[in-house]
Amino acid sequence: MLHTVNKSSFERNSLQSCVNIIDDSSVILLIEDGVISATNNTQSSIVSDLASQGRVYALQGDLEARGISSKVADNIKVVDYAGFVDLVVEHGTPVSWV
Amino acid sequence: MSTKKFMYLNRKAPYGTVYALESLEVVLIAAAFEQDVSLAFIDDGVYQIVDGQKTDGIGMKNFSSTYRALGDYDINKLYVSKESLDERGLSEDDLMPLVYEDEDDDWAEKPSVFVVSNAELSKIMSDQDVCLSF
Amino acid sequence: MKISIQVNEGPYQHQSADTAYQFAKAAIEKGHEIFRVFFYHDGVNNASRFTVPPQDDRNVVNNWADLKNADGSDIDRVVCVAAALRRGMLDESEAGKNSVEGNNIHPAFRISGLGQLIEAGIQSDRLVVFGD
Repeated sequence: MLHTVNKSSFERNSLQSCVNIIDDSSVILLIEDGVISATNNTQSSIVSDLASQGRVYALQGDLEARGISSKVADNIKVVDYAGFVDLVVEHGTPVSWV
Repeated sequence: MSTKKFMYLNRKAPYGTVYALESLEVVLIAAAFEQDVSLAFIDDGVYQIVDGQKTDGIGMKNFSSTYRALGDYDINKLYVSKESLDERGLSEDDLMPLVYEDEDDDWAEKPSVFVVSNAELSKIMSDQDVCLSF
Repeated sequence: MKISIQVNEGPYQHQSADTAYQFAKAAIEKGHEIFRVFFYHDGVNNASRFTVPPQDDRNVVNNWADLKNADGSDIDRVVCVAAALRRGMLDESEAGKNSVEGNNIHPAFRISGLGQLIEAGIQSDRLVVFGD
């Protein structure tokens, strides 16, 4: 499954809830304010394990808009909107953690 | 029409925002489409089915009684995250005793609420065709 | 693939309508079909024909209105009737039924019931939700 998270983990618990519940084959795409959790910061550990397994993506436009594209943590894959579409197609039912 | 598995993902408390009420409105409509429907209550969403809601003091409609009617619409799979309840100091006893009558079992009254672990919820979620988040 | 989209937030206040639009555009460019965009909750405000943003800002309502599938056919843009009426969004027919003067739904959108959302879930290969 593809799980999208659009909130910073400094503001809401949606990323943590998502990580707690998803199964081993799921991937996460961070969008909108969710991309804050893709950068090197004190909360990036929430996704670091999943990222090392290649299961965390972040939306390029949202990183750039927030001026943080140079601060993306290791192993997080950056995709554009076309990449977002591919993830939706490839990973089955999408779940939004709004 | 083909049957798909629909999950309604509820993660917000009622009244503070309209999401809980309008999610319930979708669920009631969904019943008419004879799809496989389940509801998940995670995070503050668990407060949607807490028993004893009273809204006189806030001037808003108390829609909690509508959850009691879901059984009549064959919506009888309400999954509640045990971890979310625990974190909030709640237990199954704090929830509305929602039930349905099982037509395949001489209309015996059965519970519709299932408190499940995150691991169980993960499996249920993975099985869905459509997930509507509110 | 057939993809449908649910938009839960209005334009400008949240990014979700913009993200949903960019996603829809990219999906069409990749050869997918947008079966339906369903506007729910405050998302119904995406359909206001009275939206007048400053000239140097994007017009979210017109973006939706101008979006077409690859074959040139219009996207099916559906505004939930219950959510719309609650928020003062009415087309001509609903205004008449409810004895309200004037109407504000952009002609590129149509008002209909929640069944359209369920049907989109049934008919589409994927349903993607954008919200707050």
